[in-house]
Amino acid sequence: MSDTIDTAGNVPVWHTLMVRVENKAGVLARIAGLFSRRGFNIESLAVAPTDDDRFSRITIVVDVSSASIDQIVKQLDKLINVVEIRELNPATSIERELLLATCLVGTAEDRRDLLDLVQIFDANVLNVGFDQLMVSLAGSQRRLDDFEALLGRYGIVDIQRTGKIALSELAKVDDGGMQADTAR
Amino acid sequence: MKDMHLDGAQAVLKALEYEGVDTVFGMPGGAILPVYDPLMESSIRHILVRHEQGAGHMASGYAHATGRPGVAMVTSGPAATNMVTPLLDAYMDSIPMVCITGQVALPAIGTDAFQEADTTGITMSTTKHNYLVTDVNEIPQVIHDAFHLATTGRPGPVLVDIPKDLVAAGSPKAQMEWYDPSGHDLPGYNPRTEGDPAAIAAAVELIIAAERPVIYSGGGILRSRAAQALLELAELTGIPVVTTLMNRGGFPDDHPQCLGMPGMHGNYTAVMAMQESDLLIALGARFDDRVTGDRGTFAPDAKVIHVDIDPAELSKVRHAHVPIAGDANAIISAMVGGLRAAGVADAQPDRSSWHQRISGWQEKYPLTFDDHQAGDLLKPQAVVETLRDNTPDDTIVVAGVGQHQMWASQHWTFNHPYTWINSGGLGTMGYAVPAAIGAQVGMPDRTVWAIDGDGCFQMTAQELTTAAVEKIPVKIAILNNGYLGMVRQWQELFYDERFSETHLGANVPNYKMMAESMGCVGFTVDSPEAVQATIEEANAITDRPVVIDFRTQHDEKVYPMVPAGASNSELIIHPSQRES
Repeated sequence: MSDTIDTAGNVPVWHTLMVRVENKAGVLARIAGLFSRRGFNIESLAVAPTDDDRFSRITIVVDVSSASIDQIVKQLDKLINVVEIRELNPATSIERELLLATCLVGTAEDRRDLLDLVQIFDANVLNVGFDQLMVSLAGSQRRLDDFEALLGRYGIVDIQRTGKIALSELAKVDDGGMQADTAR
Repeated sequence: MKDMHLDGAQAVLKALEYEGVDTVFGMPGGAILPVYDPLMESSIRHILVRHEQGAGHMASGYAHATGRPGVAMVTSGPAATNMVTPLLDAYMDSIPMVCITGQVALPAIGTDAFQEADTTGITMSTTKHNYLVTDVNEIPQVIHDAFHLATTGRPGPVLVDIPKDLVAAGSPKAQMEWYDPSGHDLPGYNPRTEGDPAAIAAAVELIIAAERPVIYSGGGILRSRAAQALLELAELTGIPVVTTLMNRGGFPDDHPQCLGMPGMHGNYTAVMAMQESDLLIALGARFDDRVTGDRGTFAPDAKVIHVDIDPAELSKVRHAHVPIAGDANAIISAMVGGLRAAGVADAQPDRSSWHQRISGWQEKYPLTFDDHQAGDLLKPQAVVETLRDNTPDDTIVVAGVGQHQMWASQHWTFNHPYTWINSGGLGTMGYAVPAAIGAQVGMPDRTVWAIDGDGCFQMTAQELTTAAVEKIPVKIAILNNGYLGMVRQWQELFYDERFSETHLGANVPNYKMMAESMGCVGFTVDSPEAVQATIEEANAITDRPVVIDFRTQHDEKVYPMVPAGASNSELIIHPSQRES
């Protein structure tokens, strides 16, 4: 994730929203449609059902340089199928993302170097081809950014990241149930 | 009601009857055909339109006039796409509407079947919510939920798309036992009605402290039926009131505190009072760009109290110092209570110099237009005023979009809520004729006049056939200047009088003959002497629609005017009022 500057000179500022939605047909289209219609930018979006099959949970990373986070949250909240929105505070939430990448390792030296990198990052080798390796890494977005940058020198044939998922950090003392994230 | 076996079509009608629907505007076609069969035994009146767009605007006009949700029913594919404009129109103006569309049978969905359209996909951004029914047993509850969503919170249109195999009498998938729907399982829908008491208290404090306050009242006053509460608030505080295009009639024009319409074609006083105010009390209004002009220079000294049922409107366009989410009627009443408790009459500052400035503007810059010159065609403003003076006080006035709409809003005297119906947010040309028909169906004992433009009229005039056949006695005054008048005005003022593609011609069609061919009475009026007599003649006709073709001067312009994107302080006033 690079801090590219758009044509209007706005530096993107990313916020993470946890959105609980009813598990109904078309709900993802409603959210995507809302973002595109109102000109809100999505950096990443990850969606899956929850333990309660009536609901799904979506983690959306949004760019708030295009619109205020307040306006984005309120417009999302107007969607009938959106049940709950929480803004996750990056300082007090645990986030993970998964990366899969296929890299070119034409020489024995490249292969050794890449395996070193895999070891240093505590990543995994998922598949081995005669001149390619497929690796995976789960971790914070920042860690994945670093890993991706270093993979670059081997020639990335294919890469896929899942987008971030996140939960609030757990209380270390009994604070009477205060939540670290912000209920909207 | 238990143990009642119905097919899906019967269930749709039973569900509509259960919601108290008395009228449906619509047109049958392949996919919705099964629902039209049991309609013959239903208590519901069906108005057969000539184009589905007409059904949508009729439902909207009906809802405007009655406060009850309007209902439209059409088939799949092209009928559903014809409904897109009325749905968005109603969404922009927060009008409660429920639209039932037919859909191809479930197994055919996604195959590009005949008359298939992705109706829920297409209308996702033009409705408050929509449903694709996939099981016949959902019908009672989904329709119950649709009416709940359409009429509560910020009202709006809701669409229910029903595949043919769930309603076809012989289809095994269309068999069900009727149940009375109960409650609503809508965990993500909890509109707040009561305002936050702390915010209301803060609003009361700001009101009492303000030196130059203005009440900026919008369409939310009418939607929340808060006209009486608004009157109380205004009279208790003595604060002047502007009524936006969507709230004409929500505060009586003949009230001494009423400043009339603000905005692009608002009157000088309403525009300037907002511009110079130190407190805007926005009630059910949304700082539309046609009201604010250039946002950066709009009301630069004003603090803002913003009351709206939709939290997303608060601080969307203009920062609200005191945002209050909730129902306008409840919140205004709470404010009135708070102001009384605070002894507002004695606590407020002396605002007489502010009120003098306002009355000074009113005296110096009233709405005006040039006198008729011999040999000229009619003055459209004079036609509106003559119509106003020769119709009952509670006449329902319906307009399309353009110059005629602005003249109607400016020159009519609206003293009652729900007497003004127009397309505000979307600006849908062609709205007037069908919306007037819908209003007349909902309010059969009232006089309904549409004031329309010749361009607008030609877009939806075919619905006069519907009105004639159904004996709906709407009256249409066409201000016929042979042009797309508002566009022509912009070309004259901002495009060096290069009149690109705005000339329609005043003589083709012949509106009198066109009206007669559709079963209406038609008149043509081109002299000022005939205006009043013809209006009286039209008023006496109560068994069929009437159309009067008023031949008006083509170069007449709507003043005042704030050029698009300009500051409200750059208001262009009528030439006769400009300093030489």
